[in-house]
Parts: sequence; structure tokens; C-alpha cells
Amino acid sequence: MKVLVAVKRVIDYNVKIRVKPDHSDVDLTNVKMAMNPFCEIAVEEAVRLKEKGVATEIVAVTVGPKAAQEQLRTALALGADRAIHVETDAHVESLAVAKLLKGVVDEERPDLVILGKQAIDTDNNQTGQMLAALTGMGQGTFASEIAFGDGVEEGQVRVTREIDGGLQSIALKLPAVVTTDLRLNEPRYAKLPDIMKAKKKPLETTTPEALGVAVTGGLTLLKVETPAERKGGVKVGSVDELVDKLKNEAKVL
Amino acid sequence: MRTLVLAEHHEGRLAAGTAHVVAAARAIGGEVDVLIAGENVAGVAEAAARLDGVSRVRVADNAAYAHQLAEPLADLLVQLAEDYSHVLAAASTDGKNVLPRVAALKDVSQISEILSVESADTFKRPIYAGNAIATVQSSDSLKVITVRTTAFDAVGESGTATIEALAFVADSDLSRFIGEELAHNERPELSGARVVISGGRGMGNGDNFKLLNGIADKLGAAVGASRAAVDAGYVPNDMQVGQTGKIVAPDLYIAVGISGAIQHLAGMKDSKVIVAINKDDDAPIFQVADYGLVGDLFEILPELEQKL
Repeated sequence: MKVLVAVKRVIDYNVKIRVKPDHSDVDLTNVKMAMNPFCEIAVEEAVRLKEKGVATEIVAVTVGPKAAQEQLRTALALGADRAIHVETDAHVESLAVAKLLKGVVDEERPDLVILGKQAIDTDNNQTGQMLAALTGMGQGTFASEIAFGDGVEEGQVRVTREIDGGLQSIALKLPAVVTTDLRLNEPRYAKLPDIMKAKKKPLETTTPEALGVAVTGGLTLLKVETPAERKGGVKVGSVDELVDKLKNEAKVL
Repeated sequence: MRTLVLAEHHEGRLAAGTAHVVAAARAIGGEVDVLIAGENVAGVAEAAARLDGVSRVRVADNAAYAHQLAEPLADLLVQLAEDYSHVLAAASTDGKNVLPRVAALKDVSQISEILSVESADTFKRPIYAGNAIATVQSSDSLKVITVRTTAFDAVGESGTATIEALAFVADSDLSRFIGEELAHNERPELSGARVVISGGRGMGNGDNFKLLNGIADKLGAAVGASRAAVDAGYVPNDMQVGQTGKIVAPDLYIAVGISGAIQHLAGMKDSKVIVAINKDDDAPIFQVADYGLVGDLFEILPELEQKL
């Protein structure tokens, strides 16, 4: 089975972001970048499927600027076999990313596509669902478990999903799209020898034009602001004082 | 201009979030219709018809929609979308699952988790875990939008909408429901509770969460948790508050043994009053807390329960 994994280069999750003074966007100059945490989980899951003998080939793909090749090399170091870089400097909305990934899916014909459930920069939570729609595949979003053969027929995948009230299990016909939730697995770290080996793995570059996709979207970003700041409150000395303040000052009890 | 709201319902009851999504739809303006898709949902339809500002409740009652699977539900919404300028759903796991599929099938962008309606085509939404607020404008003919329910006040329940049945049945063989495990408890639902008390890694183990239950009972509060507490296996994941869990904005949020990582703050920093109980004087949670109490939670919690 061939698995396609989509990864995204985003600001590192520990970084405290700054809004540009002209409110045009978040300032990303000289900021530490990394692979989106949900994408790391997607890569790890693909690698585990290969270790179990379910997956035979893992292809990592990203859409983004030249620098995003760093994240593809990370995916290769973690166990992906080869990588595809759809190179563009444009700001690409989820729908356009999904269209570009559909172009890659049409060429690669994977049996399973794994993505993170959301990128921690745009917080959209859209691309996997949109890719499933465009390719006519079933979708298993917010997955905390991906299983084959276990209660499902050949040619299907069982996905356990994290839903608001608990967990839901569904069977999807392959090929299918799955998006990862945080509890799916714990990603491993890339070892130095693997990082060295990853430099020799194939990395193919393509463009939106070659895939026949226009990256312009229907949304315009008008303004980015810092949210209203909460002002630090007071420290109280005892439980009595706390209860008193909540009753008489905050009036929430 | 006409808006279709996809209603959410569980076990024969209309989810509280729907009244908040209808409020967002009314802020956009124009007529508001509500879609109920499910099996044996007559009661849910009646509840939706009582929501203020709803003109029509459209009901798709069929086994195909019984478990809100994305594929048949999206096909149904695409069928209906012709009549509408806006399609809205709550930014719950159901709404997040199906709406992007609808948007892609209609070849339009989706706007996720809006906080406010600036005009019929312009909306505010959080990015970077709520550390920035983006104002976005859509030029698409159909606006597909999910709504952060805690950012809109629920509409009242004195409406008298008409109810009509829909005949279209989406037939999809892409997915099949196998089963579900739902966490049941008597406390209010986390995302709609007036008071939330949450525990973090500082709780030490799952058993100690009982210390929160007594206080929750006295306050009529829901019990939440940080991601650290969920990952450590103390409590199930549907209790998680944060960027990757539930977003809450109660009148009172009590964070116990929670350090206050960015990802947790994204889920609760719009609460009206925040109380932090933590033994670490330097914990970041104190920077957002209105009232902080530094000390051992194992001494503080029993005392607090007794004094409430």
C-alpha cells in the first residue's frame, strides 16, 4: 500500500508570535520554523504502518516556499521514502492546497492519504476534508486510531475519531483520507545517521502551474490584530479571601 | 440573502450550540433556515422551530444521516446550497468535519470558527492559537462558515418556524458507521457550562480529579482538563480544554494544577473570570488569572469545597 503524507512548515509551536506594526499579518522574519505538530503525527503514523508491513512506500509532500524542503527532509529522516515539493511563494488557502494535493494524488495514486487535522498557524482544520471531497474519497478526520483488518473488510480502513462526546469508529473504503489528532501516536525524533541518509533520498520539485492549479483564493486578509490583552489580576492569600472576592468583587458565585 | 444553519443534535436532543449559530446567522442578516439531518429527529425539528429568528426548519429524516457521517451529509448540503448565500455550522467536531467538504464540493473557501460578523462578507477569526485575530473578507458567491459558539449569545426560544420534510437522500458508500463510545455524566456540557473547573498535570493522577467533583457539584460546574492531564491518562480526551480540545468561555474558569501553556490558554482565555490555583508562583497561568492562589491544591481544594 502506498501512503501519501502531507506536511506543512509553520512557526514553531513554542514561539510567542508578533503582529506586524501595519497589521498586515503576523511577522515571520527571523522566527523559528518547524514541521506542524499534527503533520509530525501523520508522518509517524505512516512510518508505523510501514513497520507493520501494511505500507510499502511513503511519499511526503508539501506546498510552500523553497525553505519548506527542510520539513520534507525531516519527513525523509523520519522514514518517508521520497518527497514532492510543490514550490510556491504565494499565500495558499486551504482550498488551493487541497487542489494541489489532488494533483499529486492523481499522479501518485496512493491508497491512503494522511494529513494533520489542522495547522497551528491558520488553525483552519479544512485541507483534509477538502482533499477528500475533491478526490471523491471518504474521510476519517481527527483520528486517534487507524487500523486494517480489525473488524473491517479487505480494501477498507477502520478509523477511530475523537468527537465532542467521546469516540466514534467508522470504516472507510480505500483509497481514503485520514487526518490526525494528537493522541494518534507519539512522534519519534530523527537520528543523526537518518538525517544524513535523508539528504540522499529523492526530492522532486513541481509547481502549481505544472499541476494546472491557480493558487488564488476567494478570501482577502484585511487585517491582523493582537487580541485584547487580559490584565494580570491579584494573588490572594487564602481560600477565604478567594471565596470572598468571587462572591463580592467578581460576583460570579 | 438567505442562510442555512446546519443544526447539531445528539441522542434526540438539539445541541445548545445551535442557538448560538442562529445568532451568528441573524447577525449576517436575511432569512435563516435550519437543517436537521438525522434519523427520528421530529423532536429535534420542533426544538429548532422554537428558536427566535428561524423562518423554516428543513428536515432530512433518514438512516443515511443517523451518525452525521461527512459524506452523505455533505452531499445533502450541496443539494440545498443552491438556495443560500451562507451555510453555517458550529465549530464543533461535527461542523468541522462536514463543512470543509461542502465548501470544496462547491469550489469555495471556508471561513473557520468566526468570532464576529463585521458584515455579510467580512468576519473576524482567531489564528495562531488565538494569539492573533484576523479580519477576512470573502468574495465567494457562497460563504461557508463555522462559528465559535461561545462568541455569540444564544437566541431565545419563542419562535414559530414552519417545518418541512426533505425528500432528497444522499447515497454514499464511502463510509460506514461502526460504533461509538460516549462519555456520560450528569454535569453540564463543557462548552456551554457557566462555571468550569479544570485540572492539569498537578492533579497527580486520575483519582485526584474527584477533588474537583465536589466543588463542581456545589457550583453546577463542568469539569475540564489540560492536555497534559489527558495525555497522562488521568481523564478522557473529551474533557480537554485547549486549541486542540474544546474552547470554553464560562463566567468562571478555575484552573487547578495547570501551568498555562499557550495551547491551553487558547481554549479558555475568553472566560469572564479566571482563577488559578497552583503551587508554582511563576506559572504563566497567573498572568491571565484574575485571582491567583499559590499553594498546595491538595490542601486548598478540600478547604474550598467546604467553604462554598
